Amino acid sequence: MSDMNQLYQEVILDHNRKPRNWGALEGANRHAEGHNPLCGDHIKLTLNVAGEKIEAIAFEGHGCAICKASSSMMTGAVKGKTVQEAEMLVEEFRGMTTGTLDPDRQDNHLGKLKVFAGVKDLPSRVKCAILPWHTLHAALHSEAETSTEGLADPIPNSGIGEE
Amino acid sequence: MNSDSKKIARIDVDRVRADFPILNLQVSGKPLSYLDNAASSQMPQQVIDRIVRYQQEEHANIHRAVHYLSELATKEFEEARVKVQHFLNAKESREIIFTRGTTEAINLVMHGYGRAFIGRGDEIILSGLEHHANIVPWQMLAEEKGAEIRVIPMNDDGELLLDEFRALFNEKTKFLALTHVSNALGTVNPVKEMVAFAHQHGVPVLLDGAQAAPHHAIDVQDLDCDFYAFSGHKMCGPTGIGALYGRAQLLEKMQPYQGGGDMILSVTFEKTTYNVIPAKFEAGTPPIMGAIVLGAAIDYLNGLGLANIEAYEHELLDYATQRVSAIPGVKIIGTAKHKAAVLSFEIEGVHPHDVGTILNAEGIAIRTGHHCAQPVMQRFHVPATARASFAFYNTREEIDRLVEGIRKVQEMFS
Repeated sequence: MSDMNQLYQEVILDHNRKPRNWGALEGANRHAEGHNPLCGDHIKLTLNVAGEKIEAIAFEGHGCAICKASSSMMTGAVKGKTVQEAEMLVEEFRGMTTGTLDPDRQDNHLGKLKVFAGVKDLPSRVKCAILPWHTLHAALHSEAETSTEGLADPIPNSGIGEE
Repeated sequence: MNSDSKKIARIDVDRVRADFPILNLQVSGKPLSYLDNAASSQMPQQVIDRIVRYQQEEHANIHRAVHYLSELATKEFEEARVKVQHFLNAKESREIIFTRGTTEAINLVMHGYGRAFIGRGDEIILSGLEHHANIVPWQMLAEEKGAEIRVIPMNDDGELLLDEFRALFNEKTKFLALTHVSNALGTVNPVKEMVAFAHQHGVPVLLDGAQAAPHHAIDVQDLDCDFYAFSGHKMCGPTGIGALYGRAQLLEKMQPYQGGGDMILSVTFEKTTYNVIPAKFEAGTPPIMGAIVLGAAIDYLNGLGLANIEAYEHELLDYATQRVSAIPGVKIIGTAKHKAAVLSFEIEGVHPHDVGTILNAEGIAIRTGHHCAQPVMQRFHVPATARASFAFYNTREEIDRLVEGIRKVQEMFS
């Protein structure tokens, strides 16, 4: 297997197979939906935020392995964190996957999330990895919906393959 | 299509591959297997050389100038139009309009014909197999005019339901826009029969030939269609060039598409007199190089013989269908009796984009996504498919590699 498939490491395949924090929270006080209309990824996030703290978080939806694993690991990473800490992770994750942050050389709090570093070499897949983070950001800002396309596009013209 | 596919393929694939420098590329450290031909085909050296020769020895703006280069470029450009005419077996070369591609050709018909002749309450028939390029322009027209879109449904094999098609016609039906070959599933529609039925009701027909033109001989007089659109880059030509065939009587009564130079006979601030066809529809400096190089691509395809190309690709499709459908957990989407060399499939439990990325790491280029045919995806209840599409320069060995790649994907996701 060549380097490119380093992305599909066992940890990602495992989270894809058995996503953590799957489902919808009853009585959630934050929620958002994220779409990637070009590849059909669609996730729904529900959160309970008490004061500044993310007490609980869950997701459901459908998408590719990268999107599902990123969602699953994101929920694990931000549960119990403050909103501010979560927003910092959103920024760092975005930086890592778009190539503006080198997680091995620059300070960061990404930890296990570094398995997604390889996605920066696959421009058409960056949006799959970012979608849950983008959706988290929308939920924390009480925006009900977000998309990887149009004005909300985190990385314009990254070009998910169309014909 | 049927009779041709029974012919023995006379393509010496090793010799053909030697014409295509890009096929020697290594991708992800593996030899490239380019199986994305329905999106865009590759260019042989003979056609690449034509680009170079044009730019080095023949380029100038066409029409009107009296100098040597302009006259040469004009002659080559108009000769390319005649090549397209013969390629489609159109009656006259003035029935050929150069466009940016199939999409622009369809938009031209929507503007020039649709806006003039389709009004409130009228109905436009499309098929469920259409590419977005043959849906969205007609929706824009319907919205503007208050017209209705009616859709021909299909069965689970991806074949249009002809009884339902016939039942859609009534006195309000004003236009039929139909794909010749489905880009997402490969279905070859019985367009000749469908055109004849539409004509019985006085309804003109546009055929989207983007997927058909590269793979078998087109005869617009035999099909009796009113418009036929295709793109150069899917048939070994460059991007940015395509053509529209239009029946002369229709083109003459249509409104221009864009205004500008070349499409006029005279201009004053009070009144402009439009030029005759095809110039009426070619405002501004056209893609001169594109047209001439498209002519060279047609020469190349004719050199191999469209019947040979069709027969060879049919053999590849049969082989790929047999091998891929034999893999447990893989489902082929689009199983029409008459198909062009397109194999859409899904692997149980694996999203097509993961399939595409993993195959890419094996040097195999396929397309994943909705293929700009979201209604087709909705019909089959999938967000996307993986699609391998073959050209006459592909080999059985490449299909074996595809099968091996699919097995690798399954192993990773098991």
